[in-house]
Amino acid sequence: MTQPIANCPNCGAKIVFRWSSSVQTVCQFCKSILVRTDVDLKKVGQVADLPPDNSPLQVNTQGQYGHQAFVVVGRILYEYDQGGWNEWHVMMNDGTSAWLSDAQSEYALSRSSKSQNLPTLAMVHVGQQFTWSNQRYTVSVITAAHYRGVEGELPFQYWDKTDVTFVDLRTESGKFATLDYSDPEPALYLGEFVEFDDLKLKNLRSFEGWG
Amino acid sequence: MSTGAPPLSGTPKPQAKALNCPKCGAAITLRSFGQAETVVCGSCHAILDAKDPNLAILQQFEAATGEVKPQIPLGTRGKLRGTDYEVIGFQRRSSKVDGITYYWQEYVLFNPYKGIRYLSEYRGHWNDISVCKTLPAVDSIPGGSPLTANYLGETYKHFQSAEANTDFVLGEFPWQVRVGEMAEVTDFVHPPRVLSSEKLQNEVTWSIGEYMFGREVWDAFKLPGAPPEAMGVYENQPSPVVTKVTGVWVAFAAFAVFLLALMAGFEMRAKKEPVLHETYQYNRAESKSEPSFVTDVFELSGHPSTVEVKTYAPVSNQWIYLNYALINQDTGQAWNFGREVSYYSGYDSDGSWSEGKQNDAVVVPSVPPGHYYLRIEPEADPALPGIPYTVEVHRDVPVFGIYVIAFLALLVPAVIMSLRAYTFEWSRWSESDHPPMSVANLASSSGDDE
Repeated sequence: MTQPIANCPNCGAKIVFRWSSSVQTVCQFCKSILVRTDVDLKKVGQVADLPPDNSPLQVNTQGQYGHQAFVVVGRILYEYDQGGWNEWHVMMNDGTSAWLSDAQSEYALSRSSKSQNLPTLAMVHVGQQFTWSNQRYTVSVITAAHYRGVEGELPFQYWDKTDVTFVDLRTESGKFATLDYSDPEPALYLGEFVEFDDLKLKNLRSFEGWG
Repeated sequence: MSTGAPPLSGTPKPQAKALNCPKCGAAITLRSFGQAETVVCGSCHAILDAKDPNLAILQQFEAATGEVKPQIPLGTRGKLRGTDYEVIGFQRRSSKVDGITYYWQEYVLFNPYKGIRYLSEYRGHWNDISVCKTLPAVDSIPGGSPLTANYLGETYKHFQSAEANTDFVLGEFPWQVRVGEMAEVTDFVHPPRVLSSEKLQNEVTWSIGEYMFGREVWDAFKLPGAPPEAMGVYENQPSPVVTKVTGVWVAFAAFAVFLLALMAGFEMRAKKEPVLHETYQYNRAESKSEPSFVTDVFELSGHPSTVEVKTYAPVSNQWIYLNYALINQDTGQAWNFGREVSYYSGYDSDGSWSEGKQNDAVVVPSVPPGHYYLRIEPEADPALPGIPYTVEVHRDVPVFGIYVIAFLALLVPAVIMSLRAYTFEWSRWSESDHPPMSVANLASSSGDDE
């Protein structure tokens, strides 16, 4: 796979896109948020250093989902009134992308789904059921979050948003769905909970005192 | 673990945090790298906000029943199911059922990669607990109490619903812990697992526990000494009857059918050939001079087989005793045996009674083929002047005694095993919201899991 290479318009550092469809990245040296245009990279903002967090994952962590290998290329760190969680943007070895969420060591892998007729936020309440791809999902929690920071490559521009509401849905068979209301049009992500051990993660962070 | 290239984010390696209690100044260690919501000061029992860099005091509690000492000290590491865990929090909880307060202990375990896990202990019974990732489906009596819960394709039976109070806390918790907080706890069991829902205000958390023996916990955390002995039978304790009771009975039925088939086969194959049928007269006077006599010679053919000797005498409140010898005319080999024929009957205050029979039969095993005769020496009741008696001899009759013994040898362990399983399940369920009342009730809940 060809990896598009460019230079940071702010500090001149080399910027490598590991995922050809990335729209946005953060320069690892000067923390400039860079958006891809047809010809060049444009600096659209700057991120503060991410707060220390406890996720064992990091950009460049490699893993496996079923028979597909993936690598973590970016993340969004969200915060809500009871803590925070990471949405890791992962690139699968078939060139598609997915999200690996890590909320207090509960891992779920989901992908964007093109379902139509998604409900507006005002229409959704906890306990409500929806059927997508022949699966019945129940709304488990509605979370008002704001995003605390971004890192690495992302498939969309996410640098100027602050608040976002998520609707999480579960099934009785370990499937998982999220309705993302950060844009006027809701977006649906479908996936499932995954076991840490099954992901066979490599290049994890290390913790003091834990080998 | 290989760290490879330095992380792009450049964040430092997370370390356990050492802080001081804002109330009493005692040292506090935050072991969970920011996963804790609250931390409790071990010396003054201030409940502190672990998310606040200044550790704001959230609650102060008095240990009402004195200091409760965790059996696994905070900070202890152990290997549970292949993963290292560190004990970071401890709480004692209680529940009041029918005026009796029950206490149990819960330990919060942490691994930076795997997250949080729990251990619970009640009177020496341990459970390894984790939060459910999949939502169980509960079946209830319409508008009433829960009956079963289905989780990952398995059915759990409702065991107990109770209010659980938090009495004493120590260390770190990944939730906002408070002493005095009441939660509604509902347990469903499928030994060795227990499925629990904990309802706090509007939040319901489901967890799945698996029974652990104290010894396993002691080994995992390398604790000194021996674990306290487990008292009674716990709700999800696996039955000591490891073999499935239904399986034992299926095996028993299969053997019984096999035995019946064997018996039927031998019964059909047996020739039951009559070789002698004679009636003799016993006379007291004659037998004085000539006590014994011999029968005609008869032939026993075929392979070595059984010989049955039947005696009939029309005795009534009398006895006759016959000393038999089955003698091979060709070799002189003899089988000696004595048979008594007696029959008594009468009336007493309980009504009519009888004892004994006018018939007798005996089987001599493995008699080789050849020419044989019987030598008979009768004795009789002194009151009996004379009596006729009939002697019948059959060659090759089937013997069923051995099958009865085999049948009992199989039946006894099956019955003992069923009884043990039954009493264990009885003890288990007598502690539940559904104590066993009738045999029928128990039969439907006996330990045939899987």
